[in-house]
This record gives sequence, structure tokens and C-alpha cells, in this order.
Amino acid sequence: MAIPTNVETTFLLGRLNFDAIPKEPIVLATFVVVAIGGVALVAALTKFKLWGYLWNEWFTSVDHKKIGIMYMILGLIMFVRGFADAIMMRAQQAIAFNGSEGYLNAHHYDQIFTAHGVIMIFFVAMPFVTGLMNYVVPLQIGARDVSFPFLNNFSFWMTVGGAVIVMASLFVGEFAQTGWLAFPPLSGIAYSPWVGVDYYIWGLQIAGVGTTLSGINLMVTILKMRAPGMTMMKMPVFTWTSFCTNILIVASFPVLTMTLILLTLDRYLGTNFFTNDLGGSPMMYINLIWIWGHPEVYILILPLFGVFSEVTSTFSGKRLFGYTSMVYATVCITVLSYLVWLHHFFTMGSGASVNSFFGITTMIISIPTGAKLFNWLFTMYHGRVRFELPMMWTIAFMLTFTIGGMTGVLLAVPPADFVLHNSLFLIAHFHNVIIGGVLFGLFAAINFWWPKAFGFKLNVFWGKVSFWCWVIGFWLAFMPLYILGLMGVTRRMRVFDDPSLQIWFIIAALGAVLIAAGIGAMFVQFGISIWKRNEPEYRDVTGDPWNGRTLEWATSSPPPSYNFAFTPVVHGLDAWAEMKEAGAARPKADYIPIHMPRYTGTGVILAGLSTICGMALIWYIWWLAIVSFLGIIAYSIYHTFNYDRDYYVPAEEVSAVEKARDLQLAQGA
Amino acid sequence: MRILPRLARFLALAPAILALAACKMEVLKPSGDIAERQKDLLLASTGLMLIIIIPVMALVVLFAWRYRASNKNAPYNPDWDHSTKFELIIWAAPLLIIICLGALTWVGTHLLDPYRPLDRLSASEPVTEQEPFRVEVVALDWKWLFIYPEQGVASVNELAVPVNREIEFSLTSSSVMNAFYIPAMAGMIYAMPGMETKLHGVFNNGGEYQGLASHYSGHGFSGMRFKTHALEQSDFDAWVDEARAHGGVLDRPAYLELEAPSENVKPMTFAEVDPELFDRAVNMCVEQNKICMAEMMALDAQGGTGLAGTINMAQLTYDKEIRRGLARPVFGQEPFMVTSFCTPADSARMFADLRETQPVVRVDQTPMRGMALPRPENRLGLGMNMPRLIQDARRPAAENQL
Repeated sequence: MAIPTNVETTFLLGRLNFDAIPKEPIVLATFVVVAIGGVALVAALTKFKLWGYLWNEWFTSVDHKKIGIMYMILGLIMFVRGFADAIMMRAQQAIAFNGSEGYLNAHHYDQIFTAHGVIMIFFVAMPFVTGLMNYVVPLQIGARDVSFPFLNNFSFWMTVGGAVIVMASLFVGEFAQTGWLAFPPLSGIAYSPWVGVDYYIWGLQIAGVGTTLSGINLMVTILKMRAPGMTMMKMPVFTWTSFCTNILIVASFPVLTMTLILLTLDRYLGTNFFTNDLGGSPMMYINLIWIWGHPEVYILILPLFGVFSEVTSTFSGKRLFGYTSMVYATVCITVLSYLVWLHHFFTMGSGASVNSFFGITTMIISIPTGAKLFNWLFTMYHGRVRFELPMMWTIAFMLTFTIGGMTGVLLAVPPADFVLHNSLFLIAHFHNVIIGGVLFGLFAAINFWWPKAFGFKLNVFWGKVSFWCWVIGFWLAFMPLYILGLMGVTRRMRVFDDPSLQIWFIIAALGAVLIAAGIGAMFVQFGISIWKRNEPEYRDVTGDPWNGRTLEWATSSPPPSYNFAFTPVVHGLDAWAEMKEAGAARPKADYIPIHMPRYTGTGVILAGLSTICGMALIWYIWWLAIVSFLGIIAYSIYHTFNYDRDYYVPAEEVSAVEKARDLQLAQGA
Repeated sequence: MRILPRLARFLALAPAILALAACKMEVLKPSGDIAERQKDLLLASTGLMLIIIIPVMALVVLFAWRYRASNKNAPYNPDWDHSTKFELIIWAAPLLIIICLGALTWVGTHLLDPYRPLDRLSASEPVTEQEPFRVEVVALDWKWLFIYPEQGVASVNELAVPVNREIEFSLTSSSVMNAFYIPAMAGMIYAMPGMETKLHGVFNNGGEYQGLASHYSGHGFSGMRFKTHALEQSDFDAWVDEARAHGGVLDRPAYLELEAPSENVKPMTFAEVDPELFDRAVNMCVEQNKICMAEMMALDAQGGTGLAGTINMAQLTYDKEIRRGLARPVFGQEPFMVTSFCTPADSARMFADLRETQPVVRVDQTPMRGMALPRPENRLGLGMNMPRLIQDARRPAAENQL
């Protein structure tokens, strides 16, 4: 294992040295702001003695609800970072004309667009979606927690570990400059010699462990922990789509893990899986990464399809139209999502027959997707549509996503893809479906389930401000990109020479500013609602503020740690709506002790050690990598000797909590 | 509310802006037959989809409005959740559209396959007996190299081609992936190291068009733009003469110098080009003393060179690392290069044999034998997809001379 002389390393710090600190003023300024903010936060937490509370009640929690909320907070923090990247790109592209180089050099700009993609997919959309499923699924199926509560906590902290690594790259070293999927040979050691791609690899690997485990966890939960009577075809649609998503996660994330391992071997051990020479094939990487990558977009969108189903049916005051066809459509999409990966590289020279095959399979996916849209449409038909915030987001989704779907099918026609691939048209398309589908869905979900999670509704006025800023901002930001794509403008460009393009980039930048206002309004909305949470118009005492239809609305807001004092028995679809119709009464006595999992700090410790190990591997600090890796093994073994993993909530305590709830309900009525 | 009139004014301006943009939209207003047909397909597909998209969007708005909670006149059936008739429409309508679109896709994809020689020059002009005009393209860091094998000249970041003549591009890359795209002529195709891709196109109108790199390839990517001049034959000849008069020789050492990373390179031309250069670039053996990939594969196909050969071969890395500084895996052996394993004469003979034995790069599997879609005549009396090296080898030697 001769360490080549051309990599300057020291034993203690590997290749980390003072030069690794970026000197660019923008990064430096960001660093100063973040450092001040961080110090202030730590100081505040210490001053108000909150560390113990955070550690005992949140960090070590195995409660699926708290973990779900922590996932959402992680997603929100990373969203701000990802959006900062976006607005920097828009600004750069809006000014880099007429010989101007803009304000970002290539090294910085290329990191920004890579980080934007990586963060938005892996550390924003994924935590949001996972958090949502974590919070809602056990409640919807009438369970007390997920199947493997400790694993859930560990998964979350591994995701945080990945996020920490990616964020660290901003201030120490660099991030990858390869685009968000790090295609070799560019991501190989020959063309990306420094730490950027290593940050990418280890960030994703560590977060990927979390994602895979949480996929297994939720899949098993849905299969094994449903309330009695809830057969598969009586599961709420959100649970169904979550189930399909978790199957996709379990089946596709190992592909990503393996692909990244092969790339790691190429970079660390000099193997030749994806190199240009000695039999390596970069095409293999591109096939593998998209075999993961295409299911990934359905992993993101499917749960939100579930959200739209719940929201449409609830706010139309009506059963969901075509439940069975909705389920079959979801399953169809799940299967088909594995048969389309090649449409991401029609232009890499595969034959016409191969291209047609993958083009047509891609179009076929639009049939079940279209069926879903019709189902939502007919759910509104003969309904009583209440335009609350979740429903507004849903209608915005229906209109926006349809356009995104259309341009998607357009790109699935290979000859059209030949002229639009890698263009800003493509960028506009996938933002159209990811913002219009995933994000709008998340906003609908946040507004919908927030009262459930916290016991108070969100402010409507600021919610509407945010809604309009987002919707108009979105169209303003991405319509110009469609047009630019048709003008033959490629993605990832840093400077332009054709001055007539500039106006479109300026419009797009204005759109981004409007979106920023939307994000701002959303934070104001959260702030005001939290501030006024005890006022009657915000307070939700019923546990069922929207006249909901599924089991999560049967319990209090927020639900007690054990979710349901008695496991509900399900007789049909829309279990809670049926209970309400039948006038089912709340049981008010004979409480029994409830078996619950105990909190543990092991997840935090293991994920912390993994993060250290990842950082050590990135910087070639071998001793630290070995030590932290051994630490992971040793602590895992130690944890197996921890037999104090569960406890019973005494019947008296259950009784007290439920009495309080009775009182609350009586007040509300 | 004061923003509304302003918004209205902006909206009134929108068509004007759109019209302004339309004249710049090269994808929708191309100058080559292939791009023209790709555009037609694009518009046809859009039209097909709008048949279903527009009613759906209209219905969303209509239903949302008609069944709003405050409208007590609208019917309300909270338990209505199934209708076989509607379900049938829901699944059948998209299915029918996709069947049409799928058929369009299958035919269009085969007809407009970049590997497929043209079957017409434009809607009104059939393909001529004239051989296609050949250009060899190498994506370098970060500029484009164009080699004109028939003329024996080369250019960087500037492409000149005759108008109304089929152009056959052969593409590769020297280091990382890239994509070659002239929106006005035809769709893009990737240029990838160690691989050769093909693109067929034609310009129907003369003029100057933008060409670009459309796959991110590193720091200098933004500057990989080139002007494409579509010229009348006489003008093209004049361009070649000028290139020849300008001087400059692109032999292997000059190529190695050229391929070192550089950004925003000004267009330049070379009067003379090593005729083997492109094949060597594909086979990653432009360097002196480096074994060619095809050669190595030919050796392997014959059973390899035994243990000694394996050990030696394993060390043959395409040593581009030096160009970008630090570049080797931290573990693993120090790479070294075998300079030669046979005499130059042997080597030359082997390379000559290679032309016959090189594996066929691409077999045409296009099942385009229907009456409506005739296969284009092949013009050389050879297999349509015979690798160019073999075609070259079989062509009279004089034709390969300048």
C-alpha cells in the first residue's frame, strides 16, 4: 500500500491542511455568518438549559412522531441551503453576459450546481418525504410505533450525518464539481483529484444507509403492524403510496450504494470499473446510477400522490373516487419505474430500437399517472370543495403537474429528446414536476397535518401569501427556462455570449426572488402560528380539524406517545369517517398498560462515529478512519447487551392522559 | 392591488416578447432537415397530448369552481366513489393517446436515428449519389477539434461544412464525456472517450449557426462554443484553401499539446493532419509507444499474451493524470508504462491487420424493412454499417490521398 508521492499527506491530518479552507470572499462571509449563528444557538441552548431536554426528549427519541418532525426540520434547514444555491445560480446566469464573467468563478459555480442538486434531492426531498411517512403512516394504520423504533432513530441520525458531511464541504475543502450524479470519468480520480467527489460519495453513502434502513422499517411496519381489520385493500391511499415508495427504496438504494462503492474503489484503490482505459466502462456507471435514479423520482412523488388523494377526498367531503384503480395505478407506476432508466441517456448512442423501447415504456407510465389525475378530478365531482390551504396546494399541483407531465412525455420521445436533452427545457421539466408535484404536495401535507402534529392550525393569511408567491414565482422562474431550452441553451452554463438570452434569465431570477418571498412568508406563517398557538382560532381541541377520514384524526392533536389508548378495529376504507358516521363512542375506562420502546442514544453515537469515519476517509486520515470504524463495531456490539429496551406505560398514566383528552373534547364541543 | 394594472401591462407585452423569442428559437426554426423533422415530431407529440391535457386542466378548474363548498346548488354525493363508465374513460383515453404517440415514437426514432444515413436531403430533395461529407470530431478539454479527412485539414472551435450535402460526423472525446450539438442542424449526440459515436445531418440553408457542448465536462465547459458555417461548395473550397494557406500541422505531438486543458480557445485551423489521428484518439493511443485499445482487444481475442503480457498490460494506463496534477488513487501500485513489446515494423503490421480485425463497432438492428419505410440505398457497395476503418481500407488508396 504505497502512498504515491503525488498526494501530499501527513499522518495526523491526512491531506487536510490550512490550504483546505476556502479563501473566496463569498464562502468566507457565509462561514462567518454561519459560525456566529451557530455560536449564538449553542449559547442560547446552554443559557436556557435546553441540552438535556433536547437530548432526552428528542435526539434519543424512538417515537416515530418526534423522528418524523426531526426529519421535517432537517429537510427545512437543508432546503434553505439548497435554495441559497439556487438563487446564486440564477444571479450568476442573469449577469454573466456581454463579456462579464459574473461573480462566481468556475470552481465555485460548478460546486454550487452540484450541491444544489444533491442537497435538494437527498437532503431536502428525501427527509421531507421520509419524515412525512414516518409521522403519518403508523397513525393511519392504527399502530403505536414503527416495527423497529431504534432503527428509525438510527436512520434519521445517519441522514443527518450525510447532511453534516455535505455541509462541511462548504467550509473545509470543496464539494464535487461533477453535476449531481457524478458521472465518471469526470468524477474519477484522474479528473477530480481532490476531496469534492469524496465528500459526495461519503455524504451519500452515510445518508443512504439511513434511507435504506428506514425503507425496510416502514415497509415492514405497513405489512405487519396494521390495525385489526385493515386488509391491504382497506389501507388509506397515503399508506399505499408510502408502501410502494418503501418497496422502491429497498429495491433501488442498494444499487446506488453499490455503484458508489465501485466508484470509491476506482478512486481509492485504483480499480478500473468506470475508468476510460483498462477495460473500464463509464457507461456502466451511467446505467447503474439511473437504475437507481429513475425509481428515485417515483420514491419522491408517490407519497405525495397519496397526500393529494387524502387532501382531495377530505376537502371535497367525499370518498375518494376509484380507490381500487388508484391502488393499481400506484402499483403499475412502481413496477414500470424500473423499466425506463435509459430515457435519461437516449443521446448516448444506443440504437433506435432500444431508444424506442425505453421511450414507449416511459410514456406508458403516464397512463396510470393520468388515471390518478382523473380520479382526483372525479373526487371533486359532486363534492363540496373547501378551499383550505391544503386543497389550494392540491389544485395548484393538478394544474402545474399536468404541464410538467406533458413536457416529460415529450422528452420521452427520443427524437424530441435529441434536441432538448441537457437543455434548460429539461431543467424546467423536472423542476415542474418536482416543485409542482413533490414540493406543492409537501406544502399541502404540512398545512394538512400540522394541526395533528402540534395541536394548532397554521395561519391562513400568510399561508395564502406564501401560496401565491410560490405559484406565480414558480411559473415566472421556469417558463423562461422552457423557452431558453427551445432556443438551444444548455444547462450548467456559467457564462453566455448571446445577449438576447439575458432577458429570460432576468425574468427567471425575478421568479426565484418571488419564490424566496414565498419561503419567507412560510416562515412567517410558522412563526405567527406558533406565537398565537393558544388562541381559539388556531387551537385544535377536537383532534379532527378538517373533518378527516382516516385513523390519524381519531386520536388527539398532538397524539399521546402511544398514539391510541386502544388499538382501533377497522371495518372499511376511511375508517374514521365510518366511525363518525356510525357514531362510535370513545372508550372511557378499563385502560390497560401499554408496551412501548425505550429511548436510546445509540443511534446518535453510531451515526456520529460514522460521520467521523466518513470525514476521515475523505481527508485520508487513516488512523481516525480505523479508530472510528472500530468504534462503530464496538459500540454496536455493546448496544446488543442493552436489555433495557422497552417499558410499560402504566394504566393510571394512560387513564390520566385520556381523561385530559375527554375534558378537552368536552370543552371543544 | 396597484400591482394588477402593471401585471396586465406585462401580460399584454408577453406575446410581443414571445414573438421576439420565436425568431431565436433554433429548435423550433431549424435549418437542417433532421432538426426540422425532429421539430415536427416534437410539435405533433405536443398536439397529441394537448388533446387530453387541455380538457383535464379545464375540468380541474371547472369542477373546483362548480363544486365549491359555497355553491349549495351543485349536487353532492358523498358516497359516490365508483363508476365503471368513468373508470373506462379514465384508463382508455390516456391509453389511446399513448398508442398513437408510441407508434409515432417508434417510427420517428428509427427514421431519425443519428446513426442512420440520411434518406433525403430535404422534403423535396432526395439523397444524392454523392458520398457523405465526413467530419471527425474530438471533444477536448475544453474545445472542439474537427478533422476533415477528405480535405486533410483540421480546425478548432470552428466548423465549416458544405450546404445541401449529407454530413457524417464521427465523434469521440479525449478525456471526459461531452455532447455535440448544433441545434439548427440535428439533435445532439454524446462524444465519449474510448468510444465512437455517429451523427448524420444536413444543412439546407447556408449561414452561421451556433454549436455547443451540451454535457457538462468541467471548468471550461461554458467556453466550448463554436460557430458552424454552412457554406456553398465554392465557399467551402475557399475555406479549405485558406486553412491550407494558413499552415500548421496537427500531428501526434501537436495533438497532445492541443489536448491539454485550456479555456475559451480562439478558432484556429491546421493545414495538415495526421490521417490516423482520429482512430488513435478513439483508441486512446495518440502518445508514442502506447498500445491501442483495439490492438489490445485484438490480442486478447487471440488469447492474450500470457502471464507476462497480463502483468505488463495491467500497468498500461492512459496517463492523462499528469495533465491535471494530482490524480492517482491513494492506494494501489504506482502506474508505469510499457514502451514497446515488439519492433516498430511488427507494430506497423499489427496496426494494419487491425483494420481487418477490429470488432464491428455497431451492428444495425433497425428493422426498417416495411414497404412504407425503405432502407436507404447503400452507396459504397459495402455493408451499410461497416466500420469506417474497413471502408477506408477497401477504398482505393488514391481516394485517401489529399
